[in-house]
Amino acid sequence: MKANPAAVLTGTHFIDGDQACCEGALAAGANFSAGYPITPSTEVVERFAWRIPTVGGTFLQMEDELASSIAIQGATWAGAKAFTVTSGPGFSLMMEHIGYAAMTETPCVFVDVQRGGPSTGLPTLPGQGDMMQARWGSHGDYEIIALCPNSPQECFDLMIDAFNLSEQYRTPVLFMMDECVGHMTEKVVIPPADEIEIQPRRYTSLPPQEYHPFQPCADGIPEMVKAGDGYRIHVTGLTHDEQGYPAMEWRTQEKLVRRLVEKIRTHVPKIVRYEEKNIEDADVVVVAYGITSRIALRAIEMAREEGIRAGLHRPIVAWPFPEERLRELAGRVKGLVVVEMNYGQMFYEVERCVAERARTLLVPHGGGTVHEPEAILAAIREAVR
Amino acid sequence: MPEETATPVATRKVHGRVYIDWNRCKGCGFCIEFCPPKVLAFAGWYNDHGYHPPELTSEEGCTGCDLCGLYCPDFAIFGVREPRKGGRP
Amino acid sequence: MTETTIADQPVNPVEPFLRTERMPHIWCPGCGIGTTVNCFARALVESKIALDKVAVVSGIGCTGRVAGYVQLDSFHTTHGRAIPFATGLKLANPSLTVVVYSGDGDLIAIGGNHFIHAARRNADIKVICVNNFIYGMTGGQVAPTTPIGAMATTSPYGCFERPFNLPFLAESSGAVYVARWTAYHVRHIAHSMAEAFSKKGFCFIEIIAPCPTLYQRRNRLGDGLDTMKYYKQKSVIKNGASTKDVDLDLRGEIVVGKFVDINRPTLEQTMDLQLQHALGSSYSGGGGR
Repeated sequence: MKANPAAVLTGTHFIDGDQACCEGALAAGANFSAGYPITPSTEVVERFAWRIPTVGGTFLQMEDELASSIAIQGATWAGAKAFTVTSGPGFSLMMEHIGYAAMTETPCVFVDVQRGGPSTGLPTLPGQGDMMQARWGSHGDYEIIALCPNSPQECFDLMIDAFNLSEQYRTPVLFMMDECVGHMTEKVVIPPADEIEIQPRRYTSLPPQEYHPFQPCADGIPEMVKAGDGYRIHVTGLTHDEQGYPAMEWRTQEKLVRRLVEKIRTHVPKIVRYEEKNIEDADVVVVAYGITSRIALRAIEMAREEGIRAGLHRPIVAWPFPEERLRELAGRVKGLVVVEMNYGQMFYEVERCVAERARTLLVPHGGGTVHEPEAILAAIREAVR
Repeated sequence: MPEETATPVATRKVHGRVYIDWNRCKGCGFCIEFCPPKVLAFAGWYNDHGYHPPELTSEEGCTGCDLCGLYCPDFAIFGVREPRKGGRP
Repeated sequence: MTETTIADQPVNPVEPFLRTERMPHIWCPGCGIGTTVNCFARALVESKIALDKVAVVSGIGCTGRVAGYVQLDSFHTTHGRAIPFATGLKLANPSLTVVVYSGDGDLIAIGGNHFIHAARRNADIKVICVNNFIYGMTGGQVAPTTPIGAMATTSPYGCFERPFNLPFLAESSGAVYVARWTAYHVRHIAHSMAEAFSKKGFCFIEIIAPCPTLYQRRNRLGDGLDTMKYYKQKSVIKNGASTKDVDLDLRGEIVVGKFVDINRPTLEQTMDLQLQHALGSSYSGGGGR
């Protein structure tokens, strides 16, 4: 289905990533948000609070991130399309509820505008230190989908994709921005509503006697329903059967958790997304995401000027990780240079996929500012030595 | 036939009966304690789970008020008002 | 003559409200929670609400299991967070009657912050708090309602913290309907619940109930029945009493009644009013509203 014209701010704008993220949510049809202020994400919900009353929907600032992250799920089960926004410390608080959303298969979006960490860290400065937390932050086994925009334009475009993925796979989706992308102002083109494709919520057409909220379709994904329509559903975070009833023993656990995990894993080829530049003849591949990918591009340019055949692999969907492509690349390059604004997180994924078939180097950074291209260039030179 | 008037209170009695799901009962005793006409008592026998369910000690005495049903935490008993046998309700 | 329930017999009035296939429930003999569920069913009938439009939201704990046993749209959420879930649910679909049904530990300890804010906002949710003065599900730990001197596993020498006075907390946070009953007061509970369902705004009903296995047993207070008799004997109905004066202690008098019943605009109403005032005809409403 197409986007709602009343929600889409069609035109060419000069806005930052936070603003664009909000517009992306609106264009995707988000009509509910509950949030809590935390630098550098606050502007997303500030804009939503300002825009949504004229578009049609609700924003409520909650008392904390614990409330925000579950209020959006209550709204979702009432039929709203909902998201929340936070940064590192709030992201940590939201972990229990990200797990609840994964377990109850609640479609919603969590935005993390990453900042320097750990703990209070650097509230106003960038970091990329939440990437592993995005994958493993909540307790127990679950798969997650996480996207990494590298520009305000992508903050708009990929938010729509994030919502579409959450509806398609009936799962929470994480939107891993960073403070740089969030606070940089660039041209953002918002197309007309009829050029924006929205994945509608996969509501069931089965009658209440036949519908079970956790009974998968052939693709492993259950259809959705909302409270008030006579389905008399039960939703719980306890290990449950297809009807949603708690069944706390190992067989149900095995069946449920396996399905939750396979729900994403079997569709990895459709979910994975990355961008590559100068890769065909590359001897060394630089793996970078978010703002770091833009500095990496400069370093690759500099490397090419020196005669080094360097290319970029930029994961756009960071989770599920583009394993197959990385394995493929590992077979034909001398080395991979992973550049991230942390002390090594996605690096371990790259290492795992490469499995020592090529050299892997990490160019870490504590955050607070972006990498110097020279540092990346040095690693590129090292990789082909 | 004289014109019908409301039956004087002294001769009017409500009547009821209880229905018990023996095996839901956990022998807590609430129904017995709070039955207004005091016509419930623990049965001498056990249900499948080892609890003494209640039984009606006087069929005539039950008013069908369903206070037992309202109290029962296990949804094991309920009372129903019934028309008085052979007379007006 | 008593008869067991068979196909042609009348049905227990609570049965249509239960997920019968999930019976028997997990609550102990003499636990008061099941009693409150009967009252809940009675109240739903009395208030004539369309059952399809009732949603029950609970947290974690013995009382939290109510959500799983009622034949209504029900959400068993995370510990302490039933209220914010309910806030989101109600805002996104105001045609729902949203009932939060949870225990004292869940709602007031870990959920305390959400409790006071929802009351402050006058979120249109009905909060039923079964207070058994203990954390039952996890084996009997101390709760913010445990009276001084009472024994609990995490205060094995007796609780030394002053407990909350829940009606006072609710009223001072902004609840528009505050009542307290014990599990003995079945008809009053049903009536209070029905009043709350028909009332707009944050309604709070505290129901004091026995936890025979843990709180009563460890504190030598008898079993469920002994406790119900104690409630009957020691309760004093004081409708309209000042909530400041309704503190509880281990063996003392229990003041019950309907303490607060006022009217204030709900969260949705104040939100709509403000946005209408600021935006006039540009205000597109609340989405689901």
